[in-house]
Amino acid sequence: MSGHIFHPGHSDLHGITVVVETTGDALFVGRYHEETPSGVLLHDVAEHRPTPAGMSREAFLQKTLKFGVRGQHPHLVVPSSDIRRICRLVEWDKT
Amino acid sequence: MPYDPRLVQPMRDEMVRMGATELRTVPEVDAALGDPKGTLLVFVNSVCGCAAGGARPALALALKHTVRPQQVVTVFAGQDTEAATRARQYFADYAPSSPSIALLRDGEVVHFVHRHMIEGHSPQDVARDLMAAFDRFCATTAV
Repeated sequence: MSGHIFHPGHSDLHGITVVVETTGDALFVGRYHEETPSGVLLHDVAEHRPTPAGMSREAFLQKTLKFGVRGQHPHLVVPSSDIRRICRLVEWDKT
Repeated sequence: MPYDPRLVQPMRDEMVRMGATELRTVPEVDAALGDPKGTLLVFVNSVCGCAAGGARPALALALKHTVRPQQVVTVFAGQDTEAATRARQYFADYAPSSPSIALLRDGEVVHFVHRHMIEGHSPQDVARDLMAAFDRFCATTAV
């Protein structure tokens, strides 16, 4: 049911768990709400930033796919200018 | 804050109609999940759109499959919060999401369907995934 919209009037990503790749080091996984003038609003957001002792981005996403999104931020706005790419979490490894 | 019980009753009834046992208290959860024998499916119900449009219809379809779990139970996230929290402790490695579906065999999680695997998918897609898991984990082995 690709393109299914749960709530009419919203983006087709509304309510979908997405990966937001930024132009910097940060990567976010959360439920897309909407794009506002300030940026993209996500709910229940997990965040990954590379650290020498931490897991890789790929490992973080594979773990998230298997075990689910461990939300660190109830709500987060990612500035549009910082976003490189947004895709559905379930399609991450297909892109 | 829980929704008006009258609003969610049809969502509970839908689960019972498909053969699920509702677990509304912590003792009920412990009685069902605390004795880890055989196959048990736990459906974490929700008022959200992907529960109504995807998860509940998907489970109803999957439970028509010839191979199915020995027990099907449900807790309602956001409504019976203590029961839902307790149920999630039995599959604590998995981040809480609702709706979600855990398939356990002898107390061990063998398959998990997160909310992110339901969002935007048709009930048929989700049901196919569940039926494949039933075939893999719930089929009786001939001796």
